[in-house]
Amino acid sequence: MTGSGLFVLGVTLAGCSNYVEPDVDANAFDLPEAGPSPLTEVKGGDATPTLWIAIEEDGTVKITCHRSEMGQQVWTSMAQIVADELDADWDNVEIVQAEGHERYGDQNTDGSRSVRYNFHRLRIAGAAMKQMLIGAAAMYWELDPAQCSAAEGKVSNDQNSDTLSYGNLAELAGRLQIPAEDEITLKQPDEWRFINKEVPSLTIPKLVKGEGTFGIDVDRPNMVYAVVARPPQVFGRTGSVDDAATLEVPGVLRTVRLPDARPPAVFNAMGGVAVVAEDTWAAIEGRNALAVTWRDGPNAGYDSESYGEAMKATARRRGTMRRSRGDTASALSSAATRIEAEYYAPHLSQSPMEPPAATAEWDGDTLTCWACVQDPQSTRNVLAEVLGIDKENITVNATWLGGAFGRKSKPDFVVEAALIAKEVGRPVKVTWTREDEVAHGFYHSVSAQFCEAGLDEEGNCTAYLHRTVFPPIASTFVDGMATPTDGEMGLGATDVPFAVPNLRVESGDAKGHLRIGWLRSVSNIYHAFAVQSFAAEMAHAAGRDQKDYLLDLIGADRKIDPGTEGATYSNYDASLEEYPIETARLRNVVNIAANMADWGRDMPDGRGLGIAAHRSFLSYIATVIEVAVGENGELSIPGVWLAVDAGTVINPRHVRAQMEGGTIYGLSNALYGEITARGGAVVQDNFPSWRLMRMGEAPRAFEVEIVRSNAPPAGVGEPATPPAAPALANAIFNATGHRIRTLPIIGAQGSRLTIPQTDNA
Amino acid sequence: MAVRLTINGEPKTVDAAPGTPLLWVLRDHLKMTGTKFGCGVAQCGACTVHIDGSPTRSCITPHDSLDGAEIKTIEGVDGRAADAIREAWIENQVPQCGYCQSGQIMSAAALLAENPSPSDADIDSAMSGNLCRCATYMSIRRAIKDAASKV
Repeated sequence: MTGSGLFVLGVTLAGCSNYVEPDVDANAFDLPEAGPSPLTEVKGGDATPTLWIAIEEDGTVKITCHRSEMGQQVWTSMAQIVADELDADWDNVEIVQAEGHERYGDQNTDGSRSVRYNFHRLRIAGAAMKQMLIGAAAMYWELDPAQCSAAEGKVSNDQNSDTLSYGNLAELAGRLQIPAEDEITLKQPDEWRFINKEVPSLTIPKLVKGEGTFGIDVDRPNMVYAVVARPPQVFGRTGSVDDAATLEVPGVLRTVRLPDARPPAVFNAMGGVAVVAEDTWAAIEGRNALAVTWRDGPNAGYDSESYGEAMKATARRRGTMRRSRGDTASALSSAATRIEAEYYAPHLSQSPMEPPAATAEWDGDTLTCWACVQDPQSTRNVLAEVLGIDKENITVNATWLGGAFGRKSKPDFVVEAALIAKEVGRPVKVTWTREDEVAHGFYHSVSAQFCEAGLDEEGNCTAYLHRTVFPPIASTFVDGMATPTDGEMGLGATDVPFAVPNLRVESGDAKGHLRIGWLRSVSNIYHAFAVQSFAAEMAHAAGRDQKDYLLDLIGADRKIDPGTEGATYSNYDASLEEYPIETARLRNVVNIAANMADWGRDMPDGRGLGIAAHRSFLSYIATVIEVAVGENGELSIPGVWLAVDAGTVINPRHVRAQMEGGTIYGLSNALYGEITARGGAVVQDNFPSWRLMRMGEAPRAFEVEIVRSNAPPAGVGEPATPPAAPALANAIFNATGHRIRTLPIIGAQGSRLTIPQTDNA
Repeated sequence: MAVRLTINGEPKTVDAAPGTPLLWVLRDHLKMTGTKFGCGVAQCGACTVHIDGSPTRSCITPHDSLDGAEIKTIEGVDGRAADAIREAWIENQVPQCGYCQSGQIMSAAALLAENPSPSDADIDSAMSGNLCRCATYMSIRRAIKDAASKV
């Protein structure tokens, strides 16, 4: 330890009189050169402790979070995992947000998998660092490490209760050999101090004071501000540009014409004209004054209404087999009762409250970006490709994300900032207005589905057919791709858990005409809407209770492998050994949620309960929703009861927040959400026409029960969304007799449910 | 044209184009980025500040209309109601992503200053102008009642 950095910690311990911690001088030890890290390839990736943890002399424990913080509290949960095995003092923990770099492994913060992917390796990293700190203390005290123990940021000498703080030991510990995985003992769950505890958020104390930096908040010296006028159609082109009036707007500096976009869309910018100004408002005003002639592109004919009808027709025709059990066609034709239903769900926009925003700085050789991106690595890769420079010359810093929901996994807005910065020669912040976000998204796919069932005399389902038609997300990456992918089919269609003797899942093709992208829980939204609504329709046809019928459909306790019935199933990139599809866990959450809601209680007129259950992102969720429908169709949601089995939980409070948030996200979209297109251009533009649920419409009661489980951790950010819409539709049916098969239920303009008279007959 | 404003009790001089909304003066000129942009048309509440104590959407309020006004932002709002709201927000762990929460806190603090024991209907009415896509509504309702019980 150098003289200038020398300090003495005076620590008085209970039972010890004036124990003064001595300085540990790492240079006083003659150590062999440490070998390479043996932890670069543990389950989940590199667990080398120095990649994740830096302990400073003053005891500050800096934990690197390589995932993007977007409200799921990943800063806190990642820190909980590391700090627990490290036995850190929580008050000393600080987070360092990682830049985008392969050294961290996967940084793509989507798919509800930050905890699942990193739980093991971050525990190993924390435990390895603790072991090295104990090793350093033992060396100083000339003891066997077994005679020392660690707690709350200190190593204790078990012989005499002397302590050495982590900050004091860090330099010596850093010179020791990193232990191999088989030399590391992880804690037992009953020893956890932070994992599975409601540790308070590391971001909230800043947020309540308006502190912290979101993508839109970045500031650089000499920075200018830009907004972009984009072609209304995907692959529309920029024709003539008259910027004379724009350049007269006070504060406007110049315009920059961006290259036209060409298929496939990938993550590239959409083209158009950027207006660069001294502040954002001047840029917006300058854009308003811009006269641009847009040229039609290949999507000019896209009309979402007529396209929806074409998709519904496709859904009624025989499709491509994606999973098959028994002989569904014969079983249907011989069934005592046949029922069918057609479901339609529109495009949706993710609409995080922070619209996309990115800042780029180009110095002639290197590019540095700050942006609210879910995946700084793919951002870096696309920037390297677009700019034609080596990615070693590109740095991408992920800021906080003001919500994301899949929108910010597409870094087209960062590409725009980079292109403009290169042209302008000054740091540029590109801000998307809400109109930009709503009209130029990567939308949740529109879908049409057809379901048919055969029931026997007792009403039991003997044949089940589900056909789904939607433009795949792959259409964004491969021009003309129209066939739903195995991945999307595995989100609620081919993994259907029903114990029926004859089962067939089919897909039909549909071309994408907008950019199609991920939105919180992706294809699970429309698949769960159809499958869980249709389960209730079967129950009604059989004259049975929705919940009881659903439990019968799920059937006996067993593990399901869709691969044995012709499906190509990826199980969220997890093995079926580690994360099986277990019907017992699905039935369990159904029963818990039903009990929570007092399912079966007498309901007054106009009130109803509805239930839906769905496994997604390896978690099992059942949701019961109560609706109240007034005489004039005024709809309210008095209560929601939700049971979740997500395996091992890092922070129960985070899980409850995601269950509330994911459910409301699903309810808001189901009630109001609809993106439509005419002439290839999106019709909606801002919050009046693109509608979100507000405070007064939110459920009064919302109860969540988390199933205690030692199963491996599963996802929580997305899986609450899929059951929300069908539980709501099923509740509306029980309240009114009106079956909802088309979303949205109310839409942007309405304030009440429209109940056709025929339904009440 | 230079305009003098009083923000969080401090005099500020800004030189922005006439008509520039207060939001962009705060964010781009004064680098006070706690006040957020969400829609630009007073539909989401993310930009809420207090003008002479009243919750106001800064995205549609021209800065040059505020001569002599007392402007408070999330960075500087204080007093019993605001302190209680901040404390309740932490106690109840209200924010998720937090982006809309500056506006939520400004609206809630104004509500509580005006009405120390708001009913559910009062909360709905005061807070329905503030959108939250993370859907912290249930937590907000809980936190406002919690704060009210302590003011």
